[in-house]
Amino acid sequence: MTAPDKNDELEAQFAQWRQYVQRRHPLQTSDAEELEDHLRGSVDELIALGLRPDEAFLVAVKRMGSLDDLSREFAREHSDRLWKQLVLTGETDSPVAETRSRRDMLAMIICAAGAVVSVKAPQLFGLTFDDDGAFYARNFSLFALPWLAAFLAWRRRASPALIGVLVGLFALGAVAANIYPLAEDSQSIVVSSIHLPIALWLVVGLAYVADDLRSSRRRMDFIRFTGEWFIYFVLMGLGGGVLMAFMFGTFQAIGIDPETFVSEWLLPGGVVAAVVVAGWLVEAKQSVVENIAPVLTRLFTPLFTAVMLAFLVTLGLRGRGIDVEREALILFDLLLVVVLFLLLYSISARDPLAPPGLFDRLQLALVVSALVIDVLVLLEITGRITGYGTTPNKAAALGENVILLANLAWSAWLLLGFLRRRTPFTALERWQTGYLPVYAVWAWIVVLVFPPVFRYL
Amino acid sequence: MRVAKDLVAASATPMVLGILAEGESYGYAILKRINELSGGELDWTEGLLYPLLHRLERLGHVESSWQSVTGERRRKYYRITKTGLDELAEQRRQWDTVVDTLKEIWLNRSDFRSLTANALGVAS
Repeated sequence: MTAPDKNDELEAQFAQWRQYVQRRHPLQTSDAEELEDHLRGSVDELIALGLRPDEAFLVAVKRMGSLDDLSREFAREHSDRLWKQLVLTGETDSPVAETRSRRDMLAMIICAAGAVVSVKAPQLFGLTFDDDGAFYARNFSLFALPWLAAFLAWRRRASPALIGVLVGLFALGAVAANIYPLAEDSQSIVVSSIHLPIALWLVVGLAYVADDLRSSRRRMDFIRFTGEWFIYFVLMGLGGGVLMAFMFGTFQAIGIDPETFVSEWLLPGGVVAAVVVAGWLVEAKQSVVENIAPVLTRLFTPLFTAVMLAFLVTLGLRGRGIDVEREALILFDLLLVVVLFLLLYSISARDPLAPPGLFDRLQLALVVSALVIDVLVLLEITGRITGYGTTPNKAAALGENVILLANLAWSAWLLLGFLRRRTPFTALERWQTGYLPVYAVWAWIVVLVFPPVFRYL
Repeated sequence: MRVAKDLVAASATPMVLGILAEGESYGYAILKRINELSGGELDWTEGLLYPLLHRLERLGHVESSWQSVTGERRRKYYRITKTGLDELAEQRRQWDTVVDTLKEIWLNRSDFRSLTANALGVAS
């Protein structure tokens, strides 16, 4: 071991071995270090017996036996490690990762606090939740989403130009939400309160894909992020509900009514903070926990397909048209959204190179049956819209329907091509990620252009 | 001769505790010591030793600390605790019972005498 290059070679072999070991889940960094010390002890002894370093290394590794057996033995003692843990603070193995996760957490706390401050700030100007509900309804997404975007942009080290664009878009959203003289009970205010969050969420997406704006892979990551974020957000909402229930119960038991605190602070602050915290959790847990959205997709794709096919069959047997009520178009829009999400999240978790299987056929059946239902509804409804004249509600719902229909029709075509092995699976993925700007443009049109066009109805 | 797997597993705990009762030690040295004491008959694997050490640590029978040896290297040393010593005493009592019983059976039955002689020959 005197020659330095021999030593370097040995060290390189150790480094490679360490990499192999660290890929095993039951083996943590400290175990790898302990085993490495063992291996080194063994190598030193063999060298002392007269072997060359590389020979000694080979023999020592061989003696240790296969890593599969080793990690199986470790897993038996540390079965908890097979349940991948999400370590939120400290206790990470390497110091670099630890400082990074701590800095992330600090940034998250700052952003969440910022969101809470911005949701409470309007009260300084006399706007209360009770009296100015319409103001808060219009602006709610503006209190939380810029902070989430800020957190993501900070984490991605977004370029100043992109930060400028983000700030500009959020400012545009703020202007659109507040500049038009909309009555509190107008349709436009409802329509733009629904569409502004969608438009702003896609601005968050811009912050998310900051490192590579055009990359289809990054956009797909944003779709995955959206699904996981939503699930975390819902879970936190459930937890928050339990917290509030206990708060009411316990404080009322000692004769104090916490309603003001809950409705003025805990609820609004909790919601906007949860938006940021959910984003941070998804970022922190990447690759630590199995993604949940694709699992739910797998469960519900067959069920939705069955329900829709049953609907179509029943419709055909009864021979009566669909009774289109006022809200029907929105209901069927939502149905298309659900189908689109089922499609998106199974794409997001699929190996693009795997050959077409039963699930892909099922998916085609799902998309096609949704399309058939939607076309029937559209035929039914077009006459009515021309008959009664258009309102912001109807125009927005119809526009969405057309956008989703176009997306799903082409997706069905691509899926069919994939099943017949004519087109690669990535074509479908690229189509979906390339379509994202369409939603953004439409949402901005509804928010910005609809109110003046419909005379602030 | 190979000692059966179950027997190795059952005797591993008192052996490790016994070695650590002599003073603190680390994985490789413990393995060497076992090998030496058994005359090479007991060939433990790393997959047996390290998970066992971690289990004993979880149960509080041993405690560990990282100490730096030459250069960048760190080594995990294990030390027996008070409860570990109690456990060792308890295990020893049980093993004594087992061994005494076996001896009684084998020494008092003449047909087994030759076999016993063989076994003792190997052990010594």
